[in-house]
Amino acid sequence: MQASIETRDLTRRFGSFIAVDRLTLRVERGEVFGFLGANGAGKTTAIRMLCGLLQPSSGTGKVAGCDIQTETDGIRSRIGYMPQKFALYPDFSVEMNMRLYGGLYGLKGQALRDRMDVISRLLNLEPLLSQRTDSIPWGWQQRLNLACAILHKPEILFLDEPTASVDPVSRRHFWDIIAELAASGTTIFVTSHYMDEVEYCGRVAILVQGRIAALDTPVGLKTTYGHASLGEVFLDVVERAQTTSSTQ
Amino acid sequence: MSLALRIRDLIKDHAGEKALKGISFEVPEGALFGIIGADGAGKSTLMTILATLMDADSGEVEELGLDLKKDFKILRHRIAFMPQRFSLYPDLTVVENLHFFADLYDLDPAEKQKRLSDLLKFSALEPFQKRRAGLLSGGMKQKLALCCCLLHRPSLIYLDEPTVGVDPVARRDFWILLKSLKSEGITLVVSTPYMDEAKLCDTLLLLDHGKVLDSGSPREMLSRYPYSLYRIRGPKPLAYSARKEPPQGVSLVYPAGGELRAAVDGGMNASQDDLWKDFPGANASESMTPDIEDLFFALLSREQASLEKTVK
Ligand SMILES: Nc1ncnc2c1ncn2[C@@H]1O[C@H](COP(=O)(O)OP(=O)(O)OP(=O)(O)O)[C@@H](O)[C@H]1O
Ligand SMILES: [Mg+2]
Repeated sequence: MQASIETRDLTRRFGSFIAVDRLTLRVERGEVFGFLGANGAGKTTAIRMLCGLLQPSSGTGKVAGCDIQTETDGIRSRIGYMPQKFALYPDFSVEMNMRLYGGLYGLKGQALRDRMDVISRLLNLEPLLSQRTDSIPWGWQQRLNLACAILHKPEILFLDEPTASVDPVSRRHFWDIIAELAASGTTIFVTSHYMDEVEYCGRVAILVQGRIAALDTPVGLKTTYGHASLGEVFLDVVERAQTTSSTQ
Repeated sequence: MSLALRIRDLIKDHAGEKALKGISFEVPEGALFGIIGADGAGKSTLMTILATLMDADSGEVEELGLDLKKDFKILRHRIAFMPQRFSLYPDLTVVENLHFFADLYDLDPAEKQKRLSDLLKFSALEPFQKRRAGLLSGGMKQKLALCCCLLHRPSLIYLDEPTVGVDPVARRDFWILLKSLKSEGITLVVSTPYMDEAKLCDTLLLLDHGKVLDSGSPREMLSRYPYSLYRIRGPKPLAYSARKEPPQGVSLVYPAGGELRAAVDGGMNASQDDLWKDFPGANASESMTPDIEDLFFALLSREQASLEKTVK
């Protein structure tokens, strides 16, 4: 079967600095893949390459069957991307933001209206449609952000810290939605600094200085490293990597 | 013990909506005081007012023994505020950012030099002092922002979600920094969406829709936990969507890390030992002690659930 995401030695340099270092990865369709790492580990840089927004320095990658260097238009129409920085218009209404985003993905007329109906029902955004985006609580703004990213029924969804600053109860609702999307076949590629919610991923990679230092199911990681929680595994993996790099 | 902060009946409307509906609380000098609550509960509004950057509609605030309304000019030199999105200058280096903020506070040159080198040491940013702030990692940016707030030696600091987007290692280090400030006698008022951080505070204030829903030490607040809590072994943590009715007799079901938790009304009774039988795929249940996150779910998830349902 064709993988959703497949990369080989994907690398990105900024000058002499290597932000993503020979990333080799395969993510299957419908997987919820957690992409972890310390600040500056290279998560956002890698995601931007996978979304066709940033050219790799070397290496190759295919996303939804499209080459990340030469078929970026194909990628754009098959993926949804929720960036780490909020990308909606704060003073527009919820509905207007959805309409704008649908338009960006080439949806219009009745097709756009139908999709907006389905998505606002799925995400419970209906009562908020006429409100100004910056007047609704942050957790709901992030939900709108998600709504905009899935209007065009993407096969793969890239979520870069979607729950940052979201309270525990809203995070739980957000993850319910992610689980529903995955169950219906959408591949989810998600970053987070909340180690509790990373437990909900099928597999988890921990990136250290641009390289994958650990990759397994949450249970597998906890067993390998002998810890009760992924939070402890994370600290362990990152600190081990730091001691090796500082003794070099 | 003297108070760093005394707030009476604080009220604030935002564009016709009540953001704060009569808040009262006190913070003792030298406390590490945490503010938690759902998104939109009023945490940032409250902090912005206390940091003298916005006026309340009514209410009284006494900060460091001074009146907020009358003495805000003096207070500005004695308090500090780290807003949710603190603006560093991305094109300036670490040390240039520090100089910039030091000059805002008119520190004299000798004092400034001493303070800068102390803070660079304290935050472990010394090796990076020539790096442009825009190229720092998220955790390093937050540490630098904290240093910028500390330059003028404030006695009271407000931090609005300072560790959002900060990785677990840096987050732990950031809290070590906060504790060391506390040990110098500085009063800290911190809001956070991380319940593991809330647990580290001396006192917590739980805000909900502009009102104080509960407050006290984490231990006191947990003693008021209204349910019996169980760990359900077997099902995947996300097996029970918040949109599904929990099994009969169970008030709440929610995931917590790798496990599923169920909150049941009232105390232990015989029938609850086999609580797991009500959960498809489960093979055991055991009673457990609640944490701040469990308390948060207990006090705030019913309302969110009804919000989700009314819109269905
Ligand atoms: N345009 C750029 N020019 C130079 N360096 C860059 C650029 N973009 C990113 N970097 C550097 O690449 C590294 C990786 O950054 P990236 O944003 O991918 O990290 P991240 O894992 O997403 O971190 P965070 O958890 O803080 O979001 C960092 O050291 C960053 O400073
Ligand atoms: Mg990032």
